[in-house]
Amino acid sequence: MRTIYILWLRQLKRYVRKKSRIVGALGQPILFLFALGFGLSPIFQKAGGIDYIQFLAPGVIAMTVLFTAIFTGVEIIWDKQFGFLKETLVAPVSRFEIMLGKTLGGATVATIQGVLVFLITFLAGFRPADITLLPLAFLFLVLISILFSALGTVIAARLDDMQGFPLIINFVVQPLFFLSGALFPIDNLPKALDIITKLNPLSYGVEGLRYALSGASFIPPAQSLLVLSGVIVVILFVGMYQFSKIEI
Amino acid sequence: MIEIKNVTKKFKDFTAVDDISFAVQTGEVFAFLGPNGAGKTTTIKMLTTLTRPTEGEIFLDGHNVTEDPDKTRRSFGIVFQDPSLDNELTAYENMQFHAILYGLSKAEYKERIPMLLDLVELTDKKDNYVKNFSGGMKRRLEIARGLLHKPKVLFLDEPTLGLDPQTRNHLWNYIRDLNKKEGVTVFFTTHHMEEVDRIADRIAIIDHGKIIEQGTPQDIRTKTGKDNLEDAFIELTGKNIRKEEGNVGLNQMRISNKLMG
Repeated sequence: MRTIYILWLRQLKRYVRKKSRIVGALGQPILFLFALGFGLSPIFQKAGGIDYIQFLAPGVIAMTVLFTAIFTGVEIIWDKQFGFLKETLVAPVSRFEIMLGKTLGGATVATIQGVLVFLITFLAGFRPADITLLPLAFLFLVLISILFSALGTVIAARLDDMQGFPLIINFVVQPLFFLSGALFPIDNLPKALDIITKLNPLSYGVEGLRYALSGASFIPPAQSLLVLSGVIVVILFVGMYQFSKIEI
Repeated sequence: MIEIKNVTKKFKDFTAVDDISFAVQTGEVFAFLGPNGAGKTTTIKMLTTLTRPTEGEIFLDGHNVTEDPDKTRRSFGIVFQDPSLDNELTAYENMQFHAILYGLSKAEYKERIPMLLDLVELTDKKDNYVKNFSGGMKRRLEIARGLLHKPKVLFLDEPTLGLDPQTRNHLWNYIRDLNKKEGVTVFFTTHHMEEVDRIADRIAIIDHGKIIEQGTPQDIRTKTGKDNLEDAFIELTGKNIRKEEGNVGLNQMRISNKLMG
């Protein structure tokens, strides 16, 4: 327990001490919110949709959490290259504890970042549909954070250097985001896209958040909750295996 | 204290360590020497549970390293070749992180951290971020950290790499002191033969994955008929410069780390 706590605390300290990174990471969501939000709003309304900002805000929050969570997971590659991971691996603690500590640290950072973006969405005119559902929104935020932080950790366990980093961005993170329904409604999609979005775990995160924040979703929230939890369990198992295999 | 029995480590078709056997006695200062790529670091990794031998057995403080990694891990401290501190944490926080990983109680580490920081003369820097430390200060902090959980053996993998003679001299004095006062067994690698001559009780030389010579510095000089250890070392391992593969990834990382701070 203390091991998990100290690993978590380390991640948090690193996060809080890099103020420039916190602010920098808010740039992308703000851009999406204002450029896409205001840019596409008229068309969205003409097509008979609700206010596009109301629709987009949960998607942008999920996006922030996705990027932050995967990055903090991938920070392990940094630790691997610069030796800090060795210090952790020669200590008398189990690999699973290390993995869990890292995942929870990354998830906490991602959740904080998600809450910050949630606050920013107010500036863009977003208002939660039902305040009593905010705890549920927070739960979804936490689940998305854990899921992708764990995924980042698993990826990092496999990669030895940052050479593979653009690969992760272009073939994992970007597709997860763009094919999740964060930016567009996922009903009446062409068949192929429909299948892909349904296989993408982030879709369930986005839809869950959207239900809790904007009051409507295509996937029932209970189903989203179930899928997210299931995927987290699977990834943690894979991560446990991967971590037990790390040799430096 | 350390016993290595017929240990071999293969990476696919490359044999990094080829059937080596040797022992290190309790309280000894043991130098493990060899040219680059000879198998030194691989051996240390096997001794410290970071990688498993393909064949053979290793005992450290009576524990079988592969079968009982957790008990083994409590018995040794290590200073790696590359610094392994967290630059974003303070010196004290780095120590505390280590203490908690090794299961030290709060009372225990509250007593030991100041004592060890004092030993390596970093008390006044304890709340400074490690990123502002010089190479020598980082090394000293790593040594203090490696000793925090009262290990029986201290591994030092090229601890004086890139340090100036003053810092090197200082560092070896600490280590010699520790070895005398607390009886810590010291196992180290280096390319500076004069350091070996000054501090090591015994030496093993590895080349192409095999132990080619072992004994006291005096033994080795006598056997090769040379009057200094550097000449003896070259006599034993040849004059050719060893090929070493550059680590492109690592260099890339160092650059990006500098850029992103």
